Amino acid sequence: MKSSIVIVGFFILGTLCGVFDILPAEWFEGGVSFYALCALMFCVGVGIGNDPHTVRNFRSLSVRLTLLPLFTILGTLAGAAVASLVLTTRSLPECMAVGSGFAYYSLSSIFITEYKGVELGTIALLSNISREIITLLCAPLLVRFFGPLAPIASGGATTMDTTLPVIIRYSGREYAILSIFHGFIVDFSVPFLVTFFCSL
Amino acid sequence: MFTVILIMSIGIMCGYFIRKRDIRGIISGATTALIWLLLFVLGIEVGHNKQVVNSLATLGVEALFIAVVCLCGSCVAAWILWRYIAKRRED
Repeated sequence: MKSSIVIVGFFILGTLCGVFDILPAEWFEGGVSFYALCALMFCVGVGIGNDPHTVRNFRSLSVRLTLLPLFTILGTLAGAAVASLVLTTRSLPECMAVGSGFAYYSLSSIFITEYKGVELGTIALLSNISREIITLLCAPLLVRFFGPLAPIASGGATTMDTTLPVIIRYSGREYAILSIFHGFIVDFSVPFLVTFFCSL
Repeated sequence: MFTVILIMSIGIMCGYFIRKRDIRGIISGATTALIWLLLFVLGIEVGHNKQVVNSLATLGVEALFIAVVCLCGSCVAAWILWRYIAKRRED
């Protein structure tokens, strides 16, 4: 939670700098953010490849439960399709690109800004932060109405770090490995799905 | 567009080859710093764009709506999987 606040703080700080013209936007033109994005993706990749434990731990999972990431992705995209019907200003691929952030707001908003512009990037940031916060706050309600898998599905890509404590608390300790596995797979799908929906 | 995914794949391979050395601390530090930088830059772009600043409230409502509907969709899907698994256990 604390790290999320710092991240949002940087965004707000940047916005204030922009509004009051403290740092000229021209400094950041010419692809600086794209190179930083490439460096970020390289780091994300190294982090995945470098962790010797993650893959080994997943062998203990039951086969049916490993379908959960797929259900999360399909359910979210179905939700995004419904949202695009109501929000007439946003197209179906745009809503799906925003939904494909799966609460991983930093990466998805950066991607969407790069490919679709600042406006949709801002929506992606706010939408995916909201998803994380709702999961943190509503986990007990989600368990009651939709069963113990629900907070994991709603946490999306964050279930291996920020939302893991609430999942363990309200779904149960036996869901910890599933939650990490789920976060790992959904996290991995974010760059692929977001770039896919941005290219439509 | 696929440059980014290619770079991530190269990163995974690099990470795998040097997995004997524990560099997770450095990597997570670098990742965090880059995320800070990128969101700061995103903030500057937002702040500079008067149109976006003026419609920030509308964008926020749209964002919240998309979040809630997507979250409900994923929970319904999780509920379907949960029911399916529970039923199989009873059989």
